Amino acid sequence: MSILVIAEHDNSSLKQATLNVVAAAKAIGGDIDVLVAGENVGAIAEAAAKAEGVNKVLVADNAAYGHFLAENLGELVAEVGKGYSHILTSAGTTGKDFMPRVAALLDVAQVSDIIRVESADTFVRPIYAGNAIATVKASDSIKVITVRPTGFDPVAAEGGSASVEQIDVVKDAGLSSFVGEEKAKSDRPDLASAGIVISGGRGMQNGDNFKMLEQVADLLGAAVGASRAAVDAGFVPNDMQVGQTGKIVAPQLYVAVGISGAIQHLAGMSESKVIVAINKDEEAPIFQVADYGLVADLFEAVPQLEEELKKVL
Amino acid sequence: MKVLVAVKRVIDYNVKVRVKPDNTGVDLANVKMAMNPFCEIAVEEAVRLKEKGVATEIVVVSIGPKASQEQIRTALALGADRGIHIETDAEVQSLEAAKLLKAVVEKEEPKLVILGKQSIDSDNNQTGQMLAALTGMGQGTFASEVVVDGDKVNVTREVDGGLMTVALNLPAVVTTDLRLNEPRYASLPNIMKAKKKPLDVMSAADLGVEIAPRLTTLKVEAPASRQAGIKVADVAELVDKLKNEAKVI
Repeated sequence: MSILVIAEHDNSSLKQATLNVVAAAKAIGGDIDVLVAGENVGAIAEAAAKAEGVNKVLVADNAAYGHFLAENLGELVAEVGKGYSHILTSAGTTGKDFMPRVAALLDVAQVSDIIRVESADTFVRPIYAGNAIATVKASDSIKVITVRPTGFDPVAAEGGSASVEQIDVVKDAGLSSFVGEEKAKSDRPDLASAGIVISGGRGMQNGDNFKMLEQVADLLGAAVGASRAAVDAGFVPNDMQVGQTGKIVAPQLYVAVGISGAIQHLAGMSESKVIVAINKDEEAPIFQVADYGLVADLFEAVPQLEEELKKVL
Repeated sequence: MKVLVAVKRVIDYNVKVRVKPDNTGVDLANVKMAMNPFCEIAVEEAVRLKEKGVATEIVVVSIGPKASQEQIRTALALGADRGIHIETDAEVQSLEAAKLLKAVVEKEEPKLVILGKQSIDSDNNQTGQMLAALTGMGQGTFASEVVVDGDKVNVTREVDGGLMTVALNLPAVVTTDLRLNEPRYASLPNIMKAKKKPLDVMSAADLGVEIAPRLTTLKVEAPASRQAGIKVADVAELVDKLKNEAKVI
């Protein structure tokens, strides 16, 4: 078997999710090649070559791939991937965008968002917002798969020594073009891969109050998230949303502040190792999944938390 | 311009999902069904395009059992002009759905196809992208804003880390994200009027598509449930537990 992993990156660094996807590829078994498609991605290819378990890195470096337009990436990956038994990428918004095009161009099914590998053709994935877990067998000759990164522990980022090979395949479908982007700027770790996440819900009352969470987050080196209720209320931007329709996170420590624990939020964080809930309503469903619950007014508890953490860190 | 909207009949999003005791699937007997929420957003966006004078006709299509006509009627009550029902009791997976929709696109020749980004049952997030690839169209997935401008459409997309805007040649495929719009409710007079709007029923065979699933579901299980832990008395105890018991800080 031979597996092609499409690297996730932002043209400046390799995303950790790629290491989780390589881990999923190792669980399937076989030679693992990584395709890095983008613009000026030499350093990213070097980083991918150092990842544990990678056989070869293929580099498609062209302006056509600079903004990860699905129309162009889809054609590239379908062409490069047709000699492989499996094509894998992370189930981030880029992978979700181009991968179904690859499957359609190859006339095969896609298995989305896998969290476990049972065998080379059988995979486990959540359905119904994580309220059910399906085991699915794929019968096509090429398995096209997106991987939920939190389902797999990442391979080591260092230690490998894969060869790096430029490929000269330029696919510009001419259907779409990049107009612009608005990146949320933050010095904190990426929500999806942070070891600690502290999230606020509707109980935060407004966006300014999220500063309290940011101060705690900075002490812990944590990322700041939010529930859908907080996003819909306009407190914070949507890319901070943790939940079934937002980011799926599984950090070592998840702190839910003023979050009631709607099913759609729980679907996005219930795989966290340790869950802390701070809420003044002791009946809030979040306490049913929390390892440590504190029934308290968050406007008193969060500043106290900051003080207590300063003492012990 | 003509807009095609695809809608899916799924379990109502307020219903608590129960896995069948024999692990063959999710129990749908006597469960309330509804239009997939992302599809409602797709219908609403099409209706708004018509209200702005950008769209001239809205065709709504659904694939599924006879009861899917309820969701088509709902879309007609919200403002769609006519419906197409591709009737089948078989399980239709994303690739087959995309092939059926491709056949409808070839017949109807819409300028814009709007779909939900995913259905809340199978959570695949595939059909729109597959349809776009099969028809050679560009795609604007996870849309939070759609602006038609001449022979192009600008789509602002919700992506990891922010927003990204792409320009697509028309015809194009758009898939909706949650914040694109807030769907309206159908008024009673519009529900009555919708009953008289035209609805064509056809089969997959009529469209020349064979339904042959490539994925087999071996089993469906309930997720491992998490046990509730302990309540701590105050913040000091919480920090102590995190440091000395859980050892996560």
